[in-house]
Amino acid sequence: MEAMLHITTLHYLVLGAALFLLGVIGVLTRRNVVIVLMSIELILNAVNLNLVAFSRYWQGMPGHLGGPGALHGQVFAIFVITDAAAEAAVGLGILIAFFRNKETVNVDEVNLLKW
Amino acid sequence: MNPPVATPFFFYLLATTMIVGGILVITRKNAVHSALALITTLLAQAALYLMLYAPFVAGVQIILYAGGIMVLFLFVIMLISIERAAKERQFNKQWLVGIAAAAALGGLFIAIYTTTTKGKTLFPEGQVSYGESQNTQAIAALLFDRVHGTYMFAFEIASLLLLVAIIGAVVMAKKRI
Repeated sequence: MEAMLHITTLHYLVLGAALFLLGVIGVLTRRNVVIVLMSIELILNAVNLNLVAFSRYWQGMPGHLGGPGALHGQVFAIFVITDAAAEAAVGLGILIAFFRNKETVNVDEVNLLKW
Repeated sequence: MNPPVATPFFFYLLATTMIVGGILVITRKNAVHSALALITTLLAQAALYLMLYAPFVAGVQIILYAGGIMVLFLFVIMLISIERAAKERQFNKQWLVGIAAAAALGGLFIAIYTTTTKGKTLFPEGQVSYGESQNTQAIAALLFDRVHGTYMFAFEIASLLLLVAIIGAVVMAKKRI
């Protein structure tokens, strides 16, 4: 109970792992490509949560990597958000082109290159 | 500086919101419902960023993620026909393999997070409370200060990446490629 009530970095990591697993399950099992893209967003957010939690962790650590100025995790989280925006734009563009040609949004019907 | 108030309560409330939202994202038939659940998850995560003393990332999360990217998703959902997709089979034939792979990954996570050395887990807590009034300035100094800007080059590369992505999205969405 004591370990439950004192929120540590590990709590955030476990939450991030749970979100990551939900995203992986969504990517691997869903057919609708829009929901697959949303699951990828879930995965990226889980990584972001870990990065910010580690940033908080290093702010409390001594040494040249730690200290109050240790914001590298938050800067990386911002880069990941930028990547997520680029990925969403390109992915949804591909989705529109694909839907125009094949009239479907199911990933298992994208099998032109399948032998 | 004020100490944080009722941290466990808010952490578990927001964590529950995020997990439930995530489960709704991957189980709903209607893609719009999934998008709304994902927005809920993203907003709860922004609140968690505030609890982690990261107000700038929280603001970016709300404005860019919940505001920008999710609106893009909703627009595309409106462009493609969701009525027919909602009536079809929702899970592919490899769902059993997918669940097994996710379970293996979960086992890996559990193995790492329960590993202890000398009675302590690998990730103990940093103890110092840190003021958030300087957070945005400090991040800006890291990103684009001429002297201390460790990530200035990466920042420029990121803007180039966004330009390429925008051009790619426009080309993809054209009538005939």
